[in-house]
Amino acid sequence: MTEQGLSHARLNRDVLRTLTETGPVYWWALGLALAVSLVCFFLPWGYQLVAGVGVAGMNRPLVWGMYLSNFIFWIGLSHSGTLLSAVLHITGSPWRRAIYRSAEAMTLFSLMVAVLFVFVHVGRPWNIYWSLPYPNQRELWPNFRSPLLFDVTAITTYLTASFTFLFMGAMPDLAAARDGTTGWRKTLYTWLALGWRGTEREWHHLGWAYTFFAVLIIPLAVSVHSIVSWDFALSTVPGFHQTVFAPYFVVGAIYSGTAGIVTVMFLLRKLYHFEAYITEDHFDKLGRLLLVLSLLWTYINGLELFTGWYSGSSAELETLRYKLTGLYAPLYWAMLLFCAALPLVLTSSRVRHSFRSMLAISVLVNIGMYFERFLIIATSLPRKFLPNTWRDYLPTWVELAILLGSLAIFVSLFLIFVKLVPSLSIYEVKETLPHGKGADGEGPP
Amino acid sequence: MGDYLDKWKQYREPGFPGQLDYAWGLAVDLDRCTGCEACVVACQAENNLPIVGEKDVGEGREIQWLRIERYWEGEYPDLRLRFLPMLCQHCASAPCETVCPVAATYHNQDGLNVQVYNRCIGTRSCAAYCPYEVRYFNWRTPRWDPPLEQQLNPDVSVREMGVMEKCTFCIQRIRLAKDQAKDEGRRVGPDEVQPACVQSCPSQALRFGDRQAPDSAVSKASRSARAYAVLEELNTRPVITYLRKGEEHD
Repeated sequence: MTEQGLSHARLNRDVLRTLTETGPVYWWALGLALAVSLVCFFLPWGYQLVAGVGVAGMNRPLVWGMYLSNFIFWIGLSHSGTLLSAVLHITGSPWRRAIYRSAEAMTLFSLMVAVLFVFVHVGRPWNIYWSLPYPNQRELWPNFRSPLLFDVTAITTYLTASFTFLFMGAMPDLAAARDGTTGWRKTLYTWLALGWRGTEREWHHLGWAYTFFAVLIIPLAVSVHSIVSWDFALSTVPGFHQTVFAPYFVVGAIYSGTAGIVTVMFLLRKLYHFEAYITEDHFDKLGRLLLVLSLLWTYINGLELFTGWYSGSSAELETLRYKLTGLYAPLYWAMLLFCAALPLVLTSSRVRHSFRSMLAISVLVNIGMYFERFLIIATSLPRKFLPNTWRDYLPTWVELAILLGSLAIFVSLFLIFVKLVPSLSIYEVKETLPHGKGADGEGPP
Repeated sequence: MGDYLDKWKQYREPGFPGQLDYAWGLAVDLDRCTGCEACVVACQAENNLPIVGEKDVGEGREIQWLRIERYWEGEYPDLRLRFLPMLCQHCASAPCETVCPVAATYHNQDGLNVQVYNRCIGTRSCAAYCPYEVRYFNWRTPRWDPPLEQQLNPDVSVREMGVMEKCTFCIQRIRLAKDQAKDEGRRVGPDEVQPACVQSCPSQALRFGDRQAPDSAVSKASRSARAYAVLEELNTRPVITYLRKGEEHD
């Protein structure tokens, strides 16, 4: 960030302008996103609640289907947001400041959508609170040995921590918004800013608490996706039963999450004209990160194939055969193309510095990663141990509509968020401006 | 609190499953099985199994707590058909029991893997974990066309949409036998109870009994040289003993 002539006042204005000035494009986009959420998510889900999960394409060996793939996908996308922000905060990378607010929001919203899919997936969602350990008259507790219960615990913890981290980091900006707006917004931000005045003491506490949470978030983020992987790895199903699954899922999650950040940053930059704050430099660094992650991911994928083949067990070999040449083989090879082969072009500095090619790569990586999540379920469960029960799986229109609808929910939440919270960290970007410190004191160390 | 600790200690005692009240088990003699599926029909009638309809059967959602798997061997004309009756194996270390987040499936004091329909929230993870594919999900609300609803067994609950179900070894019959035995101040005899499938098997390929009694039919079967367990290598410790086809018949 070496932009000359950027004044603090202009930065304040630029960012707060995104809150108060709303063009027709925004309203169209929000209206469209909400309409798609309703038509593609909530109506089909309502239909499913009445008619039963039978309206989805699942069958006996394939009792898990696309809903769980979506769950893993959204959880995966939620990584990196907060994780990246926390890691970069601890390592003191200044370029984090322009992106971390939207990255953390992405975490929060994709987690919310993921949790929604748990409700869509189960047969009796109205009873789902039974999986929470609450005291009750019947002395019934959830099953603490169940990886699904680990999941409930890990995800609620991660959700709470991500929300707190995001909220805390946004507090000085909410105060800036409070001071720069009028009307109902002023009332809202007065509440949200929790009486932030920007004294030396407050900055000190914020800095301390922020670093504390950043340190806390890193093991949390790693644990969440490890635990999601145990939903699969703790079974004996060929294709699930792999010791490499925990790192595999964590790497995959950070991979797709980083790609998601690139996409969101590109859009924010275009839509909000943040050209001065989000630069080629950021894309270059994220591109390097993506390249490293893609290599790691490819390695673990090879490992997965190798252990399956090396086991020599007929069930594992059949699962491998089905994965590589069966019904979903085209998806498998497309996944390898998008997530293993294509990202290799990131070795070129020209590609990393081009916004358009970075956007294309990030979107394709996430499509490939969606295939991965889908294939984990759709190529493992159809080939379990007893050949008599083998059966293929085809999602129905309900499942496809709900997938599309979940995307719309995510976009709606994000669109609402960018109007409520400054999507660029004002106080921290100020620190990176020429002439040092911001007018309202120093940011967290 | 003391009560909890006592209960906990009781369950932690070594010697499982010797500590169980009974250890019900089943023996399947593949030499005798003709694949007639009388057991399948009997199970359907006894346990109020939902009739899912033609469309759902085509989509692989039929509910059959007990099914006869068919395996063809060889090439024409040297074809051979083998039957493998497959039902819940009531595994002593069952994968389905550990994965259920609400503990809707657990091992009871009779050594049975039981399913609590009212507790089930329908995550279907038990079925995903089950290597034998013997757990069946109610994808839709079960319906019986009149007058079929009149023939439902009053001793067995009818399951609702969104819950998992599976073979119970006709637990209603076991309960009845235990009640009678209690009134008479004795143990249930090792071969006293018969689930519907065992009762209806014309060739007596299925035998049911208490594995704790050394002279029960199932205990004898488990000592046979032909005894094996399906997918033994997964270490789920199933209680169903299969007796493989004798070589001389092949």
